[in-house]
Amino acid sequence: MDTTHMTLAELQRLLQARELSAKDLLSEHLMRIDNVDHDVKAFLRLTPDLAKEQAATADRALKAGEAGPLAGIPLAVKDVLCVKGVETTAGSQILRGFKAPYTGTAVGRLFEAGAVMVGVTNCDEFAMGSSTENSSYFPTHNPWALDRVPGGSSGGSASAVAAGEAVVSLGTDTGGSIRQPAALCGVVGMKPTYGRVSRYGLIAFASSLDQIGPFTRSVEDCAIVLEAMAGRDPLDATSSDRPNDVRRDFDAGVKGMKLGVPREYYDVDGIEPGVKAAIDKALDVLRGAGAEIVDVTLPHTDYGLAAYYILAPAECSSNLARFDGVKYGMSDQEATNITDAYMNSRRHGFGTEVRRRVMLGTYALSSGYYDAYYLKAQKVRTLIKRDFDTAFEKCDAIVSATSPTVAFPIGSKTKDPLAMYLCDVLTLGGNLAGLPGISVPCGLSEGLPVGLQVLAPQWREDVALRVARAYEVASGVKVEVAPL
Amino acid sequence: MRHVALLARLGLEPGDEEFYAEQLSGILAHIDRLQQVDTDDIPPTAQVVEIVNQLREDEPRPGLSQYEVLANAPVAYDGYFRVPSIQEEA
Repeated sequence: MDTTHMTLAELQRLLQARELSAKDLLSEHLMRIDNVDHDVKAFLRLTPDLAKEQAATADRALKAGEAGPLAGIPLAVKDVLCVKGVETTAGSQILRGFKAPYTGTAVGRLFEAGAVMVGVTNCDEFAMGSSTENSSYFPTHNPWALDRVPGGSSGGSASAVAAGEAVVSLGTDTGGSIRQPAALCGVVGMKPTYGRVSRYGLIAFASSLDQIGPFTRSVEDCAIVLEAMAGRDPLDATSSDRPNDVRRDFDAGVKGMKLGVPREYYDVDGIEPGVKAAIDKALDVLRGAGAEIVDVTLPHTDYGLAAYYILAPAECSSNLARFDGVKYGMSDQEATNITDAYMNSRRHGFGTEVRRRVMLGTYALSSGYYDAYYLKAQKVRTLIKRDFDTAFEKCDAIVSATSPTVAFPIGSKTKDPLAMYLCDVLTLGGNLAGLPGISVPCGLSEGLPVGLQVLAPQWREDVALRVARAYEVASGVKVEVAPL
Repeated sequence: MRHVALLARLGLEPGDEEFYAEQLSGILAHIDRLQQVDTDDIPPTAQVVEIVNQLREDEPRPGLSQYEVLANAPVAYDGYFRVPSIQEEA
């Protein structure tokens, strides 16, 4: 029995039957990390002391029959989510050494549910990127092909689950940063509806787009983790008090459901033939399971990337103003006036992509350009949202590829920012419209994982999970741990 | 470039001006396609869900101590964050 290859649901049964202890489960994972992470490099830092303490607590709760749904489950956390006393750097030099003074809500709720945090995972600096190559520490490698990227920005969290280093992990998704690495690493990843999960304790990138979500080895695991962290939080005014019903009708199947295939997504520029073939096969599986596949259209798809690359950098340029070298982080102590201190601290602390986006966002918001860029992009955002509203009148959920390509070689897109941005062309619409979206593995192309994306109307995580679950059952495609 | 960098309080390295000017022009060339969309009667969207001005009760609750707040400070002095002079010399 190799516990590093099992799902949360399987481990939950073993732990609750007392056939396995949280302590042993943890040591097997720490050993696995020790064996494979020098190749994968999913983790920026490990938290074994915290993990041992949490495993002991979980074992006591299991023994007392008071265990939460994640009791004893090894969890990895993206380096943008604050955990009290743990170094949290957003993959950036500007926060090197920063120890969060409090734990954010999503992580805190998983801790309350019994999770055991094994470490902090690598990501693109401030979650800006699609390959984890923008981490200021080192790139993470795809566990299925070590010379390739794991996707990003939550690449460390995706690869930790794919490599058997953690059973579940948390990422954040602003334009596709959970779903795209999930697809490229062959695991399940979900971005909830904007407002479903509290963002308190998340180092903000683009506040109207960011959401926290899980990476797991099954759709059921995804539902368990999401349910444990969802719901209203007084510390995040954008969190919703809607009922936490994400697992409603989970196993009801897709018979009689209408699944929309947007032609703009199906034939998106640059989609690889192998990816398209895997999606065709997945559509056949869903059809075979009783779903009706219908054509829908999202006419403003071509403008999504442009709108996103105004709105996200604009929000980031504002959010990242707080990194000024005064309250925390890298600080220039040589400057003789405050402006130079700011400018030098930020020059040394931020990497190339972050500086590029801060410049772009500042420009878009600057006097004289606001109407042409920011306001225009906000109006186009309205049209994109309306496209989805119209499409959902004709279908229950939308299905497409998650990423137009499989994992690409490390270094192959770093010189061309626009090519890198195009990685998110099928996912960022979900962020602009605030929709829940899940990526599930749907086979291989050229030996590398392909992801099927399911997008549902706002607050209908239950629909996205139900379709993904139905696909998982009907296809028999199981998440595998990479043989490292 | 220099004006935007100053607005962003972002120091530039030698060569950065040309580097960012070139890259940002490429990105802005893509972004210019937004001008093709007719948005005359379209309201802007700042956030997409129905939640509006959801406020919590204005009740005092414990916060971080001064010690905790200053724990990550590059330089703390006498309970304050220390910064260079914010006024020009006379």
